[in-house]
Amino acid sequence: MEPLRLSATWPSTRAGVSRRLVLQSSALALAGWLGPVANVLARRAERISGHEPAQSVILLWLAGGPSQLETFDPHAGAKIAGDTRAIATVVPGIQLAEGFVRLAEEMQSVSLVRSLVSKEGDHERGTYLAKTGYRPDPTIVHPSIGAICCHQLPGGQTEIPRHVSILPNQWPARGGFLGNQYDAFKTFDPARAVPDVTAPVSAVRQAARLADQRVVEEAFALGRRQPIGTARHSAMIDEARAMMTSPQLKAFEVGDEPAALRAEYGDTPFGRGCLAARRLIEQGVRCVEVTLAGWDSHVNNHETHRRLIEILDPALAALLKDLRQRDLLDRTVVLCGGEFGRTPAINRLDGRDHWPHGFSMALAGGGIRGGQVIGATDPEGGRKVEDPRSVADIHATVLTALGIDPAHKEVSPIGRPIQFSEGAPIAALLQEPLS
Amino acid sequence: MWARNLLFVAVCIGGTALLLPLLVPQPEGAAKREVARPADVSQASDFQVSVAVVNAAFRRQWLAQGIEPAERGTDHTIARRMSLALAGTIPSLQELRRFEAQPAEVRLANWLDDLLADRRSSDFVAERLARAFVGVQDGPFLIYRRRRFVSWLADELQANRPYDQIVRRLIAEEGLWTDHPATNFITVTVKPDSDEGPDANVLAARVSRAFLGVRLDCAECHDHPFRSWKQSDFQSLAAFFGQTRQTFTGIRDRDGEFEVESTTTGESRAVAPAVPFAVELLPPSGERRERLASWITHPKNDALARVTVNRAWAILFGRPIVEPVDDIPRDEELPEVLRLLADDFVAHGFDWRRLLAVIASTEAFQLESRHPSADAENVTLWRRIDAAWAVFPITRLRPEQVVGSVLQSASLKTIDHQSHILVRFARAIGQREFVERYGDAGEEEFLPQGGTIPQRLLLMNGDLMREKTKDSLLGNAASQIATLAPDDKTAVEVAYLCCLTRRPTAEESAHFQARLQETGDANRRERLGDLYWSLINSTEFSWNH
Repeated sequence: MEPLRLSATWPSTRAGVSRRLVLQSSALALAGWLGPVANVLARRAERISGHEPAQSVILLWLAGGPSQLETFDPHAGAKIAGDTRAIATVVPGIQLAEGFVRLAEEMQSVSLVRSLVSKEGDHERGTYLAKTGYRPDPTIVHPSIGAICCHQLPGGQTEIPRHVSILPNQWPARGGFLGNQYDAFKTFDPARAVPDVTAPVSAVRQAARLADQRVVEEAFALGRRQPIGTARHSAMIDEARAMMTSPQLKAFEVGDEPAALRAEYGDTPFGRGCLAARRLIEQGVRCVEVTLAGWDSHVNNHETHRRLIEILDPALAALLKDLRQRDLLDRTVVLCGGEFGRTPAINRLDGRDHWPHGFSMALAGGGIRGGQVIGATDPEGGRKVEDPRSVADIHATVLTALGIDPAHKEVSPIGRPIQFSEGAPIAALLQEPLS
Repeated sequence: MWARNLLFVAVCIGGTALLLPLLVPQPEGAAKREVARPADVSQASDFQVSVAVVNAAFRRQWLAQGIEPAERGTDHTIARRMSLALAGTIPSLQELRRFEAQPAEVRLANWLDDLLADRRSSDFVAERLARAFVGVQDGPFLIYRRRRFVSWLADELQANRPYDQIVRRLIAEEGLWTDHPATNFITVTVKPDSDEGPDANVLAARVSRAFLGVRLDCAECHDHPFRSWKQSDFQSLAAFFGQTRQTFTGIRDRDGEFEVESTTTGESRAVAPAVPFAVELLPPSGERRERLASWITHPKNDALARVTVNRAWAILFGRPIVEPVDDIPRDEELPEVLRLLADDFVAHGFDWRRLLAVIASTEAFQLESRHPSADAENVTLWRRIDAAWAVFPITRLRPEQVVGSVLQSASLKTIDHQSHILVRFARAIGQREFVERYGDAGEEEFLPQGGTIPQRLLLMNGDLMREKTKDSLLGNAASQIATLAPDDKTAVEVAYLCCLTRRPTAEESAHFQARLQETGDANRRERLGDLYWSLINSTEFSWNH
């Protein structure tokens, strides 16, 4: 285990910058003679020179599997809609399901992929697929998109965790084979204090505790200096202490924001989470995942969605608007979706069941072209999907927007090279609009 | 109201009467072991022979390489290792007192036998094995019961069922996942919400890793890049599960061919079951899974024994002989110790408990984790000594071991299956919450993992640490020690025993006695809590050594 990577989602003044520089410069150097690879690399270099790639990702995770029909892919009037209506948006021709009144006004920045198909109709497996871009594989654990960001992009001056999961459910984003140092730091409703970052005793006692810990360390070190050096236990305590005293921790404290802005995001844990996400991005955090759970509407689908959309709509719309007003939207990819969609047919309990055969995700920011719709599902509720896309394509698109080559292969600890994403970037979302 | 207060005082006095003997050891009476078991493994006649063979092999290797091994560890150090590896926790003060009261020449052997017979060990080791057998995922709802599976496995280990019989049942068992828990090995591979049955490819990958010690699975899609496995080897192995179906009466085998689709032409063709090596050991006829089970558990097929020994070694040392634990190249020479132990394991009827006992009794297991070369500049020499098992490896404790140790250190008495139901319940809850935040090491828990800053934050400031270092006479050992210890020296010593399973050095003792002296009586319990914090946040606490 090389020491450079040990604190990878954390401030690193050593590892990140040089790795990226090497990657980029070698990409340019090799571009001349590497054949097909050269194309990809050259395009990436061009992109970097013409348009600064995105720096961060915010994933609004709709845990449980939201219904495409009640969110981003309404089929108003069709039998499968089950009387769910649609509303117009500021982009002519694009409709959202009723309830997304605020998002409708931001639609020029948002694109919808309506033709996602997968083979994973189980929450755990679908979540794994959505967060890593790979189907679960008993032989390897793939890194989530946030872990890849932290692994690939420089650490800069960030003293707080660079990969954060707000309100996580049981499957938060993890580092997979890149290592547990890329796991997301888990925190809850920003109205509550960030867990584990405050010493439970007075400063005087804390100082004495730490001084005493050094006494114990010294006794143990004799005859073990090399392995202890590799272990970096005390060094990590120092890094943890640096975080505990970092002014950047204030980013979690959304109470500092004006009341009007907080109201725009919504007075909900999820709304506060989205606001915290923006504040964290400003501090250089690479990936924030904010979870809104409860979409598993086997019973009372419409009512469940109506209630959750009241939370999601203001938070998502306010986030996009807020990012734009602060000139952060161009450097932040916002991705919103869940592990699968829900059946076109409504069951006897007025619910919809799991449906991975045609569902939607929304993307915005980070240079992603807005106001686009990719693919379409069958208004009759069949499995025919126009322009089908895989979850891996979404990953490839997001990684490309971040200036990370999806085809890059990282070698797992057992020596198996694994591509960051096996999907194809969705070209229509990455093209610059003609102006 | 006063009656309740009185009751509280009575409880405290009663509790104190029970705890006091632990703080101040009583020499007589305690020396007897609680249960005598005639079947103790380490008492068997040929046991020492098995241990001596391994010791001699290491001695030869060290001599040939010109390596001076580390000194023998102290009995306390070795006892700590055994407890962490088998029960997933450090020893309690209660256990240590009993240990110290026994004659020096038998106490470690007794310690090991007690641990191997302890239900905590069966549970803890079953979880380690389950990670290799079925992974850590929740798996398909209703038809997969992971907890049922693990508790069945723990029962089998507790009964010391021969390991080959356990493996046979995993592979070949029929019936429902509830009353035939071994079938969960099969049902975990069913894709939820699909009409497909158990996934033969996933099963082939599991079997090859867990029972053959080869990572055949990258041959699922193509020939192995650097070993001799072909894609056809993988498909033929999968074909043994090609007739396995999930039915109303559970897992059954039906007629029909196992078909694979060509990745190039897309055409399907039937693949017959076949094994990748030692083909002469495969029974020519019979039900497919039965044939595979017979081949894997055949005493002349060394694959199962070698991967199992490698795993047992990893459980005890925190690091396998061959890394990764389930990929032992068949075309390279096997490390001598692995071969010797594998032969011994087969010769003794796949006796899993005996295997653990042999490894834990070897000289290598009992060496110090200190070595003079570790303090020198020469990195290469140190690495050579470390690689030759001439010093006990220092490895990061896994989350369950860390939380198990924190909880145990905060209780003077052993937390085990005899503990009060509320104590066990609190332990289970505390453990689950802690592991969730610390980050479960997952299926490949024996791969070296980097530590994380959230882990350090959790151990410095987390809820559990707050709870266990605060002043609480009923709940916390620190407070009890502060109140009950007759003097400062004893208080410091007992805290060290509780947290680090050793006594303080002279410097440590002097340092912390001075700390206690500068503390007023009113803050004494608080100060002991601080001492606990410092001990638990040391490298020594969080690492196996």
